[in-house]
Amino acid sequence: MRWGRRAAGGADDAVATGAGIELRGVRHAFGERVVLDGVTLTLTEHRVGVIGGNGSGKSTLARLLNGLVVPTSGTVRVDGLDTRTQVRAVRRRVGFVFQDPDAQIVHPTVAEDLAFGPHNQGLDDAEVAHRVEEMLDRYGLAGHRDHPAHLLSGGQKQLLAIAGVLAMRPQRIVFDEPTTLLDLANTRRVARVIDELEQDVVVVTHHLDLLDGFDRVLVVEDGQVVADGAPAETVPWYVARMG
Amino acid sequence: MRNGSGTFRRVKSRDLAYVALFAAIVAVLGLLPPVNVPGLPVPITAQTLGVMLAGSVLGAKRGGLSLLVFLALVAAGAPLLSGGRGGLAVFAGPTAGYLYSWPIAAFVIGLLTQLFWKRFNLAWALVANMIGGIVVIYAIGIPFTALFGDVSLWASFTGSFTFIPGDLVKAVAASVVAVAVRRAYPVIELPSRRATAG
Amino acid sequence: MLSLYVPGDSVVHRVRAGLKLAVLAALGVGLFLGDSPVLMTGALLLTLVVGVAVAHLPWLALAVQVRPVWLWLALLFGFHLLATDLRTGTVAVLRLLALLVAAAVVTATTRVTAMVAVIEWLASPLRMVGVRPDRIGLVLAMTLRFIPLVADKAARIREAQAARGGSRVRLGMAVPLLIEVLRMATTVGEALDARGADDVPVRRGGRRARLAA
Repeated sequence: MRWGRRAAGGADDAVATGAGIELRGVRHAFGERVVLDGVTLTLTEHRVGVIGGNGSGKSTLARLLNGLVVPTSGTVRVDGLDTRTQVRAVRRRVGFVFQDPDAQIVHPTVAEDLAFGPHNQGLDDAEVAHRVEEMLDRYGLAGHRDHPAHLLSGGQKQLLAIAGVLAMRPQRIVFDEPTTLLDLANTRRVARVIDELEQDVVVVTHHLDLLDGFDRVLVVEDGQVVADGAPAETVPWYVARMG
Repeated sequence: MRNGSGTFRRVKSRDLAYVALFAAIVAVLGLLPPVNVPGLPVPITAQTLGVMLAGSVLGAKRGGLSLLVFLALVAAGAPLLSGGRGGLAVFAGPTAGYLYSWPIAAFVIGLLTQLFWKRFNLAWALVANMIGGIVVIYAIGIPFTALFGDVSLWASFTGSFTFIPGDLVKAVAASVVAVAVRRAYPVIELPSRRATAG
Repeated sequence: MLSLYVPGDSVVHRVRAGLKLAVLAALGVGLFLGDSPVLMTGALLLTLVVGVAVAHLPWLALAVQVRPVWLWLALLFGFHLLATDLRTGTVAVLRLLALLVAAAVVTATTRVTAMVAVIEWLASPLRMVGVRPDRIGLVLAMTLRFIPLVADKAARIREAQAARGGSRVRLGMAVPLLIEVLRMATTVGEALDARGADDVPVRRGGRRARLAA
């Protein structure tokens, strides 16, 4: 894996030791409001799902995994890198896909937006162009290369958002409710895309059938992980609990 | 953020988003057709409402920057001014001074808003929007027209007079909106609060 | 799309955006130093020849950009007839017209992205005071991206309010729209961070060259 010419990145990577994402005694509060408390976890599986009600803290949990949120206390390490002190190295390893692709697409045209992430990584123009082409082909966006991103359908926008992250070639990707705003057909399409990924993924979702074939599913409630195990156990448990 | 490093002063990414989104709001306001208000001599365009809102919602720096960004795009050839105007020509026209005044106006409104932030209400909002959104804009626009067209300051001043009633209406509207937005989603943080909020 | 650019392949189209802007600036200074009707007429004819004959721009493309100030130019001319004399009025009007046409030609022959690249370049001295020029390009691009999005959000809020019986309360839609946009800014900021926008600054030369081409 190469990260292009950068001075700051190399030193960070050298510190990496343990593989996987490790949360230790994580507590997070926004002002007075505690959203996560006493979370200790090690995620090494290929596919991990996170489910729970609105406001349970699962969205914050997702944001802790790539340093978008730094815990109030406790530590989060990704392959040994601390999200508090080595946030840039962490973000280069962990991609993040948001619920609303409209907030994630920041350039006016499809190709320009795909180039954004790789360009920020300091890759040369030839490599950026190569990755853009690769993603355009892979996600059926080649015909939309110079089209305004605004004119894509909701499903295409989410694919573009995912492709924009994949163009950065992260080792892991966190998805925060990637299908919540999509219709059934597009939900299935995104589910297939996630299934086909080689990267390790963590998927926060309300769509339980997205988690078929996952290795592990966590249930978050009131800021705590209340169930943790194979989806065959935790998903029915969660459904029964919801009544 | 505390983990910032490198030789560049860090601007929060969220601030970039505020600046871009407000520049977009000013552009969208330009799409609205001018409104005829009974009793006013000329129809009101909504774009300077955006100038006032940028200052009184985002504060001085971000508000001023969002108008600079807006004007940069107009100069680059995007027809974002009301009536679909744009390009470099509008910056050479005799009324270009009003355009140049927008970022400064938003900055001044933002500065006054920050100054009044603790006791910010409709009255203070009105003071900020009238000083920044009317006095500043005319103080720059009128002399510019006079200089550019070789006309007297007085002729330029009387020529712009018909727009003042409409601007007063906009200042009131912007103030009402700014106070409501502050109540629901305050964006301006005072330096003392920022230290604790991190 | 959101542009006054008229596609073409003329010499004027192909000249670098920065050079065009430099010539325009020089013309602006030159015309204000000069004071003869002949010079102004010459300048106006020259810019028209460059625009219509060399760059093959349709008359309409130029007229669209100059139209907003027609009335003002007429008023200016009238004012000078009354207050000063015919010569001063003619010079003032021709000078402005030449400058406006020249600006319109530059705008119509230069892509917005190329202009944005020039703006980024012009901003590069700001590095000294800690501003990253690439950020300026990013914010300009983001604004172009968000304009249709904000317009959509405004339309949706208007529909929702119309459905609830609120007729055409324009001011009433401003508050929900602003709050929605401010909320979205938080996510956009996170997305920028997640995609490496706050990463170590890198050289931007390659990108600029590509955009300006």
